[in-house]
Amino acid sequence: MRIVLERRLTPSRSMQYLSPLLAIVLSLVTFFIIFVLSGIDPLKALYIYFVEPLTAVWSIEDLLVKAVPIILIAIGLAFCYQSAVWNIGAEGQLAAGALAGSIIPVMFPLLQGPAVITAMILMGIAGGMAYAAIPAILKIRFNANETLTTLMLVYVANLFLDYMARGPWRDPAGFNFPNSRPFDEGQMLPIIAGDSVRISIVFMLVAVVVAWFLTTKTMTGFKIRVLGLSPRAGSFGGFSRNKMVMLTFLISGGLAGLAGICEVAGPIGQLRTTVSPGYGFTAIIVAFLGRLHPFGILIAGLLLALSYMGGEGAQVAIGLSDQTTQVFQGMLLFYVLACDSFIYYRLKFVRERALDAATAG
Amino acid sequence: MRKYVVALGAVALVAGMVSGAEAADKIKACFVYTGPHNDGGWSQQHDMARLEVEKHFAGKVETAYVENVPEGPDAERAIERFARSGCNVIFTTSFGFMDPTIKVAKKFPDVKFEHDAGYKTADNVSIYNMRWYEGRYVQGQIAAKMSKTGVAGYIVSFPIPEVVMGIDAFMLGAQSVNPDFKIKVVWVNTWFDPGKEADAAKALIDQGADIIVQHTDSPAAMQIAEERGLHAFGQSADMSKFGPKAHLASLVDNWTPYYIERVQAVLDGTWKSTDTWDGMKEGLVVLGPLTNMPDDVKALAEDSIAKIKAGELQVFKGPITKQDGSVGVADGAVADDKTLLGLNWYVKGIDDKLPQ
Amino acid sequence: MQQRPGDVMTMLEGILLTIVTAATPLLFAAIGELVAERSGVLNLGVEGMMAVGAVCGFAAASTTGQPILGVLAAIIAGMLAASLFGIVALFFVANQNATGVALTLFGLGLSGLIGDSFVGTPGIPIPKVNIPVLSDLPVVGRLIFGEDPFVYLAVALALATWWFLFKTRGGLIIRAVGDNAHSAHALGFSVLKTRFLAVLFGGACAGLGGAYLSLVYTPQWTQAMTAGRGWIALALVVFASWLPGRLVVGAVLFGAVSILQLHAQAIGIGIPSQFLSMLPYIVTVVALVVISRNRALLSVNTPACLGRPFVADS
Repeated sequence: MRIVLERRLTPSRSMQYLSPLLAIVLSLVTFFIIFVLSGIDPLKALYIYFVEPLTAVWSIEDLLVKAVPIILIAIGLAFCYQSAVWNIGAEGQLAAGALAGSIIPVMFPLLQGPAVITAMILMGIAGGMAYAAIPAILKIRFNANETLTTLMLVYVANLFLDYMARGPWRDPAGFNFPNSRPFDEGQMLPIIAGDSVRISIVFMLVAVVVAWFLTTKTMTGFKIRVLGLSPRAGSFGGFSRNKMVMLTFLISGGLAGLAGICEVAGPIGQLRTTVSPGYGFTAIIVAFLGRLHPFGILIAGLLLALSYMGGEGAQVAIGLSDQTTQVFQGMLLFYVLACDSFIYYRLKFVRERALDAATAG
Repeated sequence: MRKYVVALGAVALVAGMVSGAEAADKIKACFVYTGPHNDGGWSQQHDMARLEVEKHFAGKVETAYVENVPEGPDAERAIERFARSGCNVIFTTSFGFMDPTIKVAKKFPDVKFEHDAGYKTADNVSIYNMRWYEGRYVQGQIAAKMSKTGVAGYIVSFPIPEVVMGIDAFMLGAQSVNPDFKIKVVWVNTWFDPGKEADAAKALIDQGADIIVQHTDSPAAMQIAEERGLHAFGQSADMSKFGPKAHLASLVDNWTPYYIERVQAVLDGTWKSTDTWDGMKEGLVVLGPLTNMPDDVKALAEDSIAKIKAGELQVFKGPITKQDGSVGVADGAVADDKTLLGLNWYVKGIDDKLPQ
Repeated sequence: MQQRPGDVMTMLEGILLTIVTAATPLLFAAIGELVAERSGVLNLGVEGMMAVGAVCGFAAASTTGQPILGVLAAIIAGMLAASLFGIVALFFVANQNATGVALTLFGLGLSGLIGDSFVGTPGIPIPKVNIPVLSDLPVVGRLIFGEDPFVYLAVALALATWWFLFKTRGGLIIRAVGDNAHSAHALGFSVLKTRFLAVLFGGACAGLGGAYLSLVYTPQWTQAMTAGRGWIALALVVFASWLPGRLVVGAVLFGAVSILQLHAQAIGIGIPSQFLSMLPYIVTVVALVVISRNRALLSVNTPACLGRPFVADS
C-alpha cells in the first residue's frame, strides 16, 4: 500500500477555498503544540497573537498602516508569478521608488502642495519601474535568470540608498546623522482616517480592484495566465513572452516603488538608510498565501500584518522572542504550499503491485 | 472618528490621573532595543542595566522590553504600545528611535521618555549618551605603547560624529605616546556582521596593523586577533573571554547608574527633561578590564583614567590640527560639546579619507 | 610603517589565506546546491539551511566540547531543514521558489530561537593543519599546507562531486532526472527519490557551510550570522554554469572581491565604501549575463528541468 498524488481532471473548487484555511488551522495547531511544549499558556499566547491586536482602534489602525506596503507589493508580484516570472527583488524596487520619490522633497524643499505630492508619487512609481526594467531587459536580451538578478539588485539598491542617505542627501541640520531632512506636511501623503491612516490605503484598495479586473476581465490578463501556464510557449494571441516579462516586471516594480514612496512620504516622513524592514520579502509570502488572487492577497496581507502586531504584543506581554513571528510566517507558507497541491492533485492509495506494474510498463 | 477621539481623551485622562507629579508606589519602566537583548554588545548592555534596575528597586519597579525593533514606523508603534500599556518611563535605546520617540511623546504627555544617542528633547523627553571618547583616548595610549609596528587597525561602521569622535580621540591618545603612530581605517557599513568584521580585521592585520580596535559590535575581530597572536580592544561589553590572550581593554557601556537615577526620579515624582552626556567620572564609561599588558602600560592607563575622572585631562584640548593641516581646536581651547556632537573631520596623521 | 622586504610576501600570503577562508563557506553551500540543481530542483532556502546548520553546529560543539560532533550536528540539521523543503516542494509539488523563501524565513527564525542561550559564548577553536617544513615554506607554505581542515574538505568535496556527477552511474541518474525527468521516469528511475536525495545532500552541505561560519570563521553564534552568504552561494552555482570545477574558481573570485575591497580601503582608496560593498553583487549580475547570453553554451550544462515540479503520470 502506498500513497501517491494523482492529478485531478479539473482543479478542485472547494479546495481552492479550503486550502488556505486548512493551512492556517494547521499552523495554529502547530503553534499550540509548540507553546504547550515550551510551557506557555497556549490559549493566552494565541489570543495575544491573533485576537488582541483587533481589540483596540489604534492597533487596527497600525495594522492597516503595516499592511498597505506589503499588499501593494504582493499585488504586483502576483502578476509576475502568474506569468512564471520570478521577481524576488521587490525590496530593491521599493528602495528605488523611495529614492526617486524623494528627489523633490530633498533637493527642492520649498516645493510643496498637492501637485508636488502627486509628482513625488509618480516619480516613486517610475523609479520602481525603471529599477525593475533592469532584470527584465537582462532576461529578455541576455536570458539571465531573473530570480538571481533581482536578488542581487536588492543589495545594490539598498547600498545605494544607504550611500545617498548618509552622503549627498544627508540633512545639513541633522548633526551628520544618516537621514535626509524631515519632509514637511506639504510633502507627505494626507492622513484620511484616524491618527495615521494615510491616502496610501486608497491606492492599495484601488490596486487590488484594478488587479482583479485586469486578471479576470481583460484579454491581457488572460494571455498572461496562459503564457504563465505553458512556459515553453513563445507567444500567445499576438502577445509575446518578452512583452509579458517586461509588462509584469513594470507592474510589480511600479507597485513596489509606490509602496516605497508611500512609506517615505508617510509613516517614516524622511529618507532613511533603510526604508523597509523586509516588506519586499514578506510580500512574496503574502502573494502565495493569497494564492496570487488580488482579494486573497488583501486578506493574506492583513493576516501577516496581524502576525507582526501580535508578535510585538507577545514580546511585551509574555516575553516571546520576536523570532517566533518569523517561524510562524515560514511555517504558514509551508502549509499553504503543501495544502495547495490538493487543488490540482488528490491522494490516491495504490497497492504496491499495481504501482510496480505501472512503473514497469 | 469622533468616537475614537473621545476614547483617546479618556485614555489620556486616566493616564493623567495615574501618573502626575507626585511620588508613585509602583511604576513600570520599559525598554526598546534595536537588536536582540542578548547581542553580546549594545542592546545586551542596556538589558543588563534593565535587570539591575529591577533588582535595585525590588518589587517597586516592573520592567518590560521589545527587541529587534527596526528603525522607522515599527519603532513608533513599539514605543506607542508601551505608552498605552501603562509604562511610566520608556527608554528608547537607538539613535534611529529619535523621531518616533518625539512623535509618541507628543501624544502621551504624562509618560516620560528617555532617548539614547539623539539630540531632540521635549518636556517629557530626556536624552542621554556616553562620552566614549574618553575611553578611546586611553585605548589609543595603550595601543601606542603596545604596538610593535606602530600601526593600529580601526574597524568602523558608519561615519557619524560619534564614530569620528572615537577615531580622533584614539589617535590623540596614541599621538600623546608616539607622535608617529598610524591608524588604518576600514568601513564595514554595518554595526553587526561577524563575518565581515573578521574579514576587516584580517585585512588590517595583513596591512601591518598589530592592534585592532573596533566601533562595531561583534567579538569577531577579537577572535581574529587572538588567532593571530596580536592584540585588540573590546567594544560595548567586556569581550575578554573571546580573546584571553589578545584582549587589552574593553570600552564597556555601563548604563546602570543612569537608569537607576532616572527611575528613582520617576518614583519620587522629581523627573525633569534633561540632557545627559556622561563619561568615566559618572561611571557610565568603563575601560576594563586591563589585561595582557606590562605594568608600566597599565599604570599609564590607570593614571589617565584617574586624570580624566578628575577633570585634569581633556581629550579635545588644543592645539589639535585637522587632517588637512588647518586648525581643529586652537591652542589652549577645549572643543565644546556642540562641536564634538557635529564632528566631521579627522585629526592629522590618520591614514584614511573620511567618507562625506 | 617601516616595511621590510619580507613583509610584502607575508602580506600577500595573508591576503590569499583570507580569501581562501572567505571562499570556503560559499563553496560548501554552493556544492550542495549544485547537486540539487543538477537534479532539477532550485532550492532558494540555502540561507535558512546554513543558519540552522550554524546554530546546531555551535550548540552541539559547545555543549559536548567536541567540534566534530558539532560538524555532525550541523550536517544532520541541514538535512532535516532540507527535508522540509523536499517534502513540500517534491512530494506536495509546491512551487519551488516560494518553498525556498519559506525555508529561508523559517530557518533564520528557528536558528534564532535555538541559539538564544548560546549568544555571547566563545566557541572552541579548531587547530589549523601544521606540517613541519612544508607549512613554513614562503607564501605557498601556509596556503597549501597550513589551512584549517575544512578548506581541504571543501576542495575534496568539490572534486568528489565532479567525479560523482560525471563518472558514476549515480551522477548520470541525477543529471538525467534534471535534464528530462519524464524520460528518466520512463526508464525506471525514481525521479522524486533521486531529487529528494539530492536536496538532502544540498542541506548537508549548507549545514557544513553554516558550521564553518560558527565553528571556524568566527567561532561564536549570533543571529543572522550567515549574512546573505546562502544567497551568494545560489548565485555562484549559476556563475559556475553548474560545473564543480568552476565553482571552486568562482568561490575564490567571490572571496577575493569581498576581501580586496577591504584592503582597498585600508590602503586608503577614497571610494565610498558602499560602492565597494556593491561589487560582489554587480559582478554576479555581470557574470550571469555573460554566461546566459550564449544560449548554446548555457544549455550544455544547465539542467533543463530546473525548477519544474515533477508528477508521474501513471
